[in-house]
Amino acid sequence: MHVEEQFTPKTWPEAPEKATLEGKNKFLGFWFFLGGETVLFASFFATYLALKDKVPKQGDLVSTDLFELPLAFIMTMVLLTSSITSVYAMYHMKNYHFKKMQAWLLITVLLGLTFLGFEIYEFYHYTHGLGFGYTHSAFSSAFYTLVGFHGGHVVFGLGWITALMVRNSKRGLSLYNAPKFYIASLYWHFIDVVWVFIFTVVYLMGMV
Amino acid sequence: MKEGFKLTMKQWLQKGRLLSVFAILALVLSGCGKPYLSALQPAGEVAKQQYDLIMFSLGIMTLVIVVVCVIFVLVIVRFRRTKENEHKIPKQVEGSHTLEIVWTIIPIVLLLILAVPTVAVTFSQGDVSAMDEKDEDGNPTALIVNVRAHLYWWEFEYPGLGIVTSQDLVIPTEERVYFNLTSADIKHSFWIPPLGGKLDTNPDNINKFFLSVDQDKASKAGQIFYGKCAELCGPSHAYMDFKVKALPKNEFDQWVSDMKNAKAPTPSTEVARKGEEIFNNSCLQCHAIDPSNEAPAATRVAPNLANFAEREKIAGILDHNEEELKRWIRESDTIKPGNKMPVFSKDQISDDDLNALAAYLMELKVQKK
Amino acid sequence: MSSIAQKSGFGATVWDFMTTVDHKKIAILYLAAGGFFFLLGGIEAMIIRIQLFVPDSGFVSAGLFNEMLTMHGVTMIFLAAMPILIGFMNLVMPLQIGARDVAFPFLNSLGFWLFFFGGLLLNLSWFLGGAPDAGWTSYASLSLNSQTHGIDFYALGLQISGFGTLMGGINFLVTIINMRAPGMTYMRMPMFTWTTFVASALILFAFPPLTVGLFLLTFDRMFGANFFNVAAGGNTIIWEHFFWIFGHPEVYILILPAFGLFSEIFSTFSRKRLFGYSSMVFATVLIGFLGFMVWAHHMFTVGLGNIANAIFAVASFAIGVPTGIKIFNWLFTMWGGNIKFTTPMLYAAAFIPSFVMGGVTGIMVATAPADYQFHDTYFVVAHFHYVIVGGVVLAILAATHFYWPKAFGTMLNETLGKITFVLFVVGFHLTFFIQHFLGLMGMPRRIATYLPGQGLDTGNLISSIGAILMALGVIVLLINIVMTSVKNVKVGNDPWGDGRTLEWALPSPPPFYNFKQLPFVRGIDTYWIEKMEGREGITPAEPLGDIHMPNGSILPVFISFGFFVAAFGCIYRTEQPWGLAVLIIGLVIAFGSMLLRSLKDDHGFHIPKSELMSDKDKGVRA
Repeated sequence: MHVEEQFTPKTWPEAPEKATLEGKNKFLGFWFFLGGETVLFASFFATYLALKDKVPKQGDLVSTDLFELPLAFIMTMVLLTSSITSVYAMYHMKNYHFKKMQAWLLITVLLGLTFLGFEIYEFYHYTHGLGFGYTHSAFSSAFYTLVGFHGGHVVFGLGWITALMVRNSKRGLSLYNAPKFYIASLYWHFIDVVWVFIFTVVYLMGMV
Repeated sequence: MKEGFKLTMKQWLQKGRLLSVFAILALVLSGCGKPYLSALQPAGEVAKQQYDLIMFSLGIMTLVIVVVCVIFVLVIVRFRRTKENEHKIPKQVEGSHTLEIVWTIIPIVLLLILAVPTVAVTFSQGDVSAMDEKDEDGNPTALIVNVRAHLYWWEFEYPGLGIVTSQDLVIPTEERVYFNLTSADIKHSFWIPPLGGKLDTNPDNINKFFLSVDQDKASKAGQIFYGKCAELCGPSHAYMDFKVKALPKNEFDQWVSDMKNAKAPTPSTEVARKGEEIFNNSCLQCHAIDPSNEAPAATRVAPNLANFAEREKIAGILDHNEEELKRWIRESDTIKPGNKMPVFSKDQISDDDLNALAAYLMELKVQKK
Repeated sequence: MSSIAQKSGFGATVWDFMTTVDHKKIAILYLAAGGFFFLLGGIEAMIIRIQLFVPDSGFVSAGLFNEMLTMHGVTMIFLAAMPILIGFMNLVMPLQIGARDVAFPFLNSLGFWLFFFGGLLLNLSWFLGGAPDAGWTSYASLSLNSQTHGIDFYALGLQISGFGTLMGGINFLVTIINMRAPGMTYMRMPMFTWTTFVASALILFAFPPLTVGLFLLTFDRMFGANFFNVAAGGNTIIWEHFFWIFGHPEVYILILPAFGLFSEIFSTFSRKRLFGYSSMVFATVLIGFLGFMVWAHHMFTVGLGNIANAIFAVASFAIGVPTGIKIFNWLFTMWGGNIKFTTPMLYAAAFIPSFVMGGVTGIMVATAPADYQFHDTYFVVAHFHYVIVGGVVLAILAATHFYWPKAFGTMLNETLGKITFVLFVVGFHLTFFIQHFLGLMGMPRRIATYLPGQGLDTGNLISSIGAILMALGVIVLLINIVMTSVKNVKVGNDPWGDGRTLEWALPSPPPFYNFKQLPFVRGIDTYWIEKMEGREGITPAEPLGDIHMPNGSILPVFISFGFFVAAFGCIYRTEQPWGLAVLIIGLVIAFGSMLLRSLKDDHGFHIPKSELMSDKDKGVRA
């Protein structure tokens, strides 16, 4: 199977992302990479839990002073939805419907940007509104680093998906770019799972 | 023939090396190093228990080494290639279930045997519950010393006795002394090898343990044990020595009483009086000379000098005499790079004033003798 | 780019090495760079031992001494031992599994250049205000306190290098899982491939905690964060946990490939298959797994509590069991064999008693209450040098001889090799054995000098003399390498004569595509099987056909260079007006190059079948 081979929805392989050796390698390699990223985020979570509410003096801002459920909930719903839309995109990829895949990827990116918008607003509110800056306390450093690293991953993921969409817009699906779309979507799911943990550990646990 | 000779030489080299290693081992285990510094000459119960554990584990491990080396030497001698069997292809053996079981089970058993005293001693040496016991007046029954490590000196506070001192830790023999260990700045580690293992002094928390000294061992070591900082803390990490004076109970009580009843210094000569004036202007802001210093710990930024003249060393490492004292005041930054004491040049304290200051300091005693 | 039309000349060679994605050439890059850093680390060690030759020495200042001991540790572990081992894994593993390259050749190159620029960054600190001086462990409160930018170079240099290593780990894992030749089941893989596999899994899971620790240190030092600032609620012990959660698996990352190399050497030069292959595989996996469970045995004196200390002590004992299994299996590989004491085999023989001594002192320091005495003294220094030098370095020296022909096509001189062996091994024991006693006699680690009258003089003197012998041994090795390169006498595919695994079936060095036809693997030690049946080569698994190979690329150099530049910008951000700009430019170069790589298609190229048939046939036949 040559990578630039032309297909129809009927001849397109069932698992196009794994139909070539390169695809298989990318697929496995990326799962391993996500394993390493899991340990990375686990370490940030551990740091956050160790330094939760650790402030220089009594009365300094702690988690119960900061986090509000409505905003965190909306952000969670937006990101979870964007994960579902990326699943739709992959469904269409597997069925060789390039345009539909692109459409759902676009929606995913828009939802991701929405999430980012809310997060920027949230950080702005904490820093300028409440005086809870990065260098404020050990707790603040831990919070911003954990949630910020996640946000940085969201930014990277959005850039990645957008670059793929733009680069391949004129030439459609092939066995060469199918694995690329697939692992980008895997990455996007991963970020979503991390956010579920952030929502639980930082926001929910921070309100008791 | 020549090849056979060369090979034998190599085996001799390997065998000889092993032999010399064991020879040194045997020689040195008979108690090596200085009695005031070596962990191989334990002078108290904690060090003795640790020494016994070391010997026990060494014994088991020597057994392992011997077994391995015997098989090893046998193998390299018996199965080496010679001119005769140059082209022989040996039987390709896959393995042996029996052997695998044997050399799995036996090490497990040996390690279980070692694990028992390891866990037991960990818990017994980590039992500091006695620090919480109080007598009828609500005072702790145990002798407790708060150790506060600094860059690059040690402060010792006896909270139950209202005494603060530094650099020389005075403790009684034949009783457990409990320690609260912490640091004023960065991580150091408190270690008196003949008395026991070390425990880190962290800025984040207070660590607790106990040590004790046997009187006869103390006498053998000349009453003085050497303490070391055992955690890299900067350029002068190697110079952060302290001393431990292990005294019989009555002498220790005498020292405590002298420290508690210490009076303000009375300089005996004109020069020393001048020195006192200089001290009060230039040094008193950091160095207290009242052993009952009740200022909060964080403000005690320099060693308390109440019994300075009775200490073993100056700044932990210098010989205790006027020359070295003056050199320290002039050149503390080169003697202990990175330490927090400012340097006093001739512009700040002239040579005459320095002599006076030294004379005053050399008179700072608490005990009569 | 075909095998025939190759340009010659210095410039062409440099460009070739800078753009190569060939695992064999990347291996040579790793070996050369790692070798260079090994010499640097050795010089740092010599300075340490010269300083400690006599008490109260002023050979170097205390501050410089701290920089020396820090850089010696960092250089030897991160810039010498790891890269050299990765070099051997790169060179040998794909050949052993019958693959034409690794799964991600571009990433392979990127891994090297990231390591290289990270190491360069770290060593530039010497010239830019001072090297890091808080030990290779860089504990939080001390490292935050450090006045020069040395620690910043440490944090960012290791961060960049670490990304490279992580990529290497993933690459090897995917290669071994997906690209084994037909017939190469997991239980037919050579031991060195198995240890590469497990070590790569360790790299994947152990480096992220280091990454996080380094980020926290960077943020505290350069961006005002408070992770380790006690006054603001921070905690310095967090650094220790992260460092050792990485640090302990790290030493197994070092030793497992060394074990793998020795497995190959023992069986090759005993003319016997490895005894207890399945037990060896099991022991390797168990060591890898247990390696993650014991990190706090480096923290027994931190004050974690009795329960923690007891648990970690017993868990640390457990690792002794699979290690012992391995030692006995090697001994019984030799038992009944026909042993030839070539230079690699001499190193393997010396490894047994040396490493076992290091291993048993490991059990001794795992005995928590005893460790209260051992910790942070020269006893620990003796222990880890016994396992690292007696294990990893001896393996590296052995493998240098063993695999030299496979990498370069020539053979190192045996006589000079044996001279190095004697000097180095005798010097090693002389240097480190006495240090066990120095530690117990009251000598802490990392002290710039020791005072006279404390009983430490003689031991230090002996130790320093031993170091001189080790240095002489290394110098003889360098002479050996130069002489061999000058003489340039080429050897065949199996110069040791008793090769058992696939790499010895190929020419020395192999053609850039490795196998003309992917091999058919018939069992463990498949080349030995073919030999014993009187065949000259390997049974092929496919007919001769076009071979698909990857293109070279200069982008890995640019990506790494970009991060290198960005690091400078980050370090000098607050002090210099150009800081922020340089940081941004560096990131643009790095990410821009990555984008270029992603946007531009790269399908590799094909070697046509006709070219393969017209090449002089060496090794595999159609």
